Amino acid sequence: MRTNDVMLQTATKVVTFIILMFAVHIFFAGHYTPGGGFVGGLLTASAIVLLMLAYDIETVKKIIPFNYVMMTATGLLLALGTASASIFFNVPFFTHAYDYFDLPLWGKTSLHSAALFDLGVYLVVVGVTMTIIQTIGEDE
Amino acid sequence: MSLVFLIFLPIIAALFVPLLFKKIGQIHTGWFVLVVPVILFIYYATQLPTTMDGGTLVSEFQWIPSLDLSFIAYLDGLSLLFSLLITGIGSLVVLYSVFYLDKKREQLHNFYVYLLMFMTAMLGIVQSDHLITLYLFWELTSISSFLLIGYWYTRDRSRFGALKSMMITVFGGLMMLGGFVLLSIMGNTYSIRELISQAPELLGHEFFTWALVLILLGAFTKSAQFPFYIWLPDAMEAPTPVSAYLHSATMVKAGLYLVARFTPIFAASGTWVWLVTGIGLFTMFWGSFFALKQKDLKGILAFSTVSQLGLIMSLLGASALGFHVEDAAGTVFKYAAFAAIFHLVNHAVFKGSLFMIAGIVDHETGTRDIRKLGGLMSIMPISFTIAMIGSFSMAGIPLFGGFLSKEMFLTAMLAIAEFNLFSMDVWGVLFPVLAWIGSVFTFVYSFYFVFHTFAGKHKPEELPKQAHEAPIGMLVSPAILAVSVIAIFFIPNVVGDWLVKPAVLAIQPFMYSNPAEIDIHVSAWHGANTEFFMTLGIFAIGALLFWSFRKWKQAYDAFPDSVSLNRLYDSFMYLSDGGANRFSAVYMTGFIRSYLVYMFGFLVLIVLSTLVITDAFVLDLNNTAPIGIYEIIILIALVGGTITILAAKSRLTAIIALGAVGYSVALFFVIFRAPDLALTQLVIETISVALFLLAFYHLPKVSKKEERIRFKLGNAAIAFGVGVTMTLVALASHSQKILPSISEYYKETVYTEAGGGNIVNVILVDYRGFDTLFEITVLGIAGIAIISMIKLRLNKKEGQHENK
Repeated sequence: MRTNDVMLQTATKVVTFIILMFAVHIFFAGHYTPGGGFVGGLLTASAIVLLMLAYDIETVKKIIPFNYVMMTATGLLLALGTASASIFFNVPFFTHAYDYFDLPLWGKTSLHSAALFDLGVYLVVVGVTMTIIQTIGEDE
Repeated sequence: MSLVFLIFLPIIAALFVPLLFKKIGQIHTGWFVLVVPVILFIYYATQLPTTMDGGTLVSEFQWIPSLDLSFIAYLDGLSLLFSLLITGIGSLVVLYSVFYLDKKREQLHNFYVYLLMFMTAMLGIVQSDHLITLYLFWELTSISSFLLIGYWYTRDRSRFGALKSMMITVFGGLMMLGGFVLLSIMGNTYSIRELISQAPELLGHEFFTWALVLILLGAFTKSAQFPFYIWLPDAMEAPTPVSAYLHSATMVKAGLYLVARFTPIFAASGTWVWLVTGIGLFTMFWGSFFALKQKDLKGILAFSTVSQLGLIMSLLGASALGFHVEDAAGTVFKYAAFAAIFHLVNHAVFKGSLFMIAGIVDHETGTRDIRKLGGLMSIMPISFTIAMIGSFSMAGIPLFGGFLSKEMFLTAMLAIAEFNLFSMDVWGVLFPVLAWIGSVFTFVYSFYFVFHTFAGKHKPEELPKQAHEAPIGMLVSPAILAVSVIAIFFIPNVVGDWLVKPAVLAIQPFMYSNPAEIDIHVSAWHGANTEFFMTLGIFAIGALLFWSFRKWKQAYDAFPDSVSLNRLYDSFMYLSDGGANRFSAVYMTGFIRSYLVYMFGFLVLIVLSTLVITDAFVLDLNNTAPIGIYEIIILIALVGGTITILAAKSRLTAIIALGAVGYSVALFFVIFRAPDLALTQLVIETISVALFLLAFYHLPKVSKKEERIRFKLGNAAIAFGVGVTMTLVALASHSQKILPSISEYYKETVYTEAGGGNIVNVILVDYRGFDTLFEITVLGIAGIAIISMIKLRLNKKEGQHENK
């Protein structure tokens, strides 16, 4: 008989969002304060793992219907694409570009192509971590 | 046609042999092959007048000009003589093989391809003026002779003999290559002619003796000198035409050619004279002595070949003495080189015919065992006549060519005994004595060979076949050779002027400048001098020994097989094979722990000895930061955790202690102000501890015994050593910082150039983004590998590997 873990599940519902928000914060803050794609990715993955602990793998799969291998591949492509985009502008491979823009909601904001690269890192880390945990978890 | 391309004529012809064999099966392939050596023989014969006048022919084909490699055909008296032998006897052997090998049962295309390949290789050896291409052809003879000896590859003995000859001759060949390379370094040229012209300068060079010994090793192994002769008797498993061609007339003479060719360079050295003459003479004695022990017709001939090669070798060594004597052309020393070449021709002729006769006897009676043979004289009269002519020439009996060369041999050996350089006056007396004893045994085995085969009582019941005379075609080649044997006796000066003197000029250029200067006139009767009486003694004692052979042949049983050189070779091969196996079995245990011990042991050894030898260890504590209370506390936690891991009884404890260590490291990152590292370390440590726990949970029940790590002193010592080594290296490298760090640049440009504030992250994604790109690739690969390991493993019920 399955025990009723309503406490865990309720807490998870709340905490997961906090962790996810923290992960997103850490990811975006990485260029100026500690954080970045790697830690952000790990934290995101840990939020999903928390979901898996509270519910079960099948449920989580229904909630977050991602193919993590595809996610890894996307991340790698994004990272590589960002790095190689520079050669179209006739500058060396892996040259980043950034500038400051006045955006409607945020005001004066810096947009940096390194963020795209970091997003690639983020996706790979989430993808790989989840692949490993899911694969081992499903193994009989 | 250019001379150098003629060398390749046989091997090009070999390309067409399989075609002829497959398409025109009803005509024996040998007839087509015969054309090649005959054409070459005629061509080379037309070059005789040039060399008789002391002229030479040179033809060059650039192979790799940038490395100064080229095929140079250099035809002087010596090369031409050998080329004529190779093509002449080659023609006769091909003719003989047409009748010897059955066109239906034998794989003739293989045979003739190998044979033609060999012919090219031999022509290449004797005509090359370039050291490296000479070596190329030298190895080609080893390979083609390997293929020919193993021609009947389904027989064990053939394969064994082929392998043995290959091992020994290739060993010598490689040594010779070393000698050649040294020689080319010394003279700064690959050309033998140029080396000869600068021989006096080479003499003082530090490599001189090395080059000499290495080149002699090549010559001795190829020419079957003591103690390398052992491959030759085993090579008798080859088809008889091969034995006749390779192992009497050509390949085994390649070493003699080499010695003759290099005499002008090395003649000035006493080592050369001693080695060549001494080993040659000892080989002559040894081979002739053990020839009588053989029961196999070809075995007798093999040992006799060894002995005769030794004789020629010793004469070539003696010919170098001419360099050390004032006005050698006027003294008795002049005979040595002449006798060597003269006997070389003689030997090629009579030994070729004898091998062919041995093949005929084998072919017509079905056995080569001399104990089963006998009384074939009336059944095979022509073969008997030819065998008798060859044997008598070998024994050195008048009316046959061998007599003349034996007389000159004794003359030269007597001359050495009177020589007074290189302490020859002390030991020199041994030379004529050994030569004389060797000659006596030569006489005995020659008679043994011919009379125990053809005379005595016929034993038809022991023969596998009804004995009868060979077909006429098979007898043509040995008959031609036998006629030559007699011809040489009656017209020795024609042979001498046409063939031998130009060759002598090539061996002793320091004595003559033109063949016409060589003042040697061979005559059958040269007065009642010492040699004459020695010859009489040989005949008398030899006849006596032969007559009483049955009484004393038990003497050979006194030499047990277990102390022979063959046994030495066998056990050497066995030991090197088994020894290598046992040696690798000792250290290749298959346990990863052993290999780790080697790796860490050598790490300690190499790093520590480098520290000591280069005096690299420096301790400088000026540049260190003060130690705070937090560092000490975390350090205690860290060391405590580490000791717990080592001493823990339960694996679970160890895993948790490992986690503690990981979190302490994260704390270190915190107090050393590395927040990114601390964050990552915390999360990664959590995940890896979880994975360890997973692995622990799935341990099999059987081996899940809870026990401490067993203490092993060796492991502890190596672990301690590695720790100390790495600490010392770290201290030393910290104490000697030479260059300032690059980090200042990052600090200055992180905002202006890269538009960021977190240096660590900017380095990761911008300055050194390349590394990150491949690190995430590594992560991706790890993920895919885990999927493959878990999802794609084969079902346990199927169990077997799909390839099995």
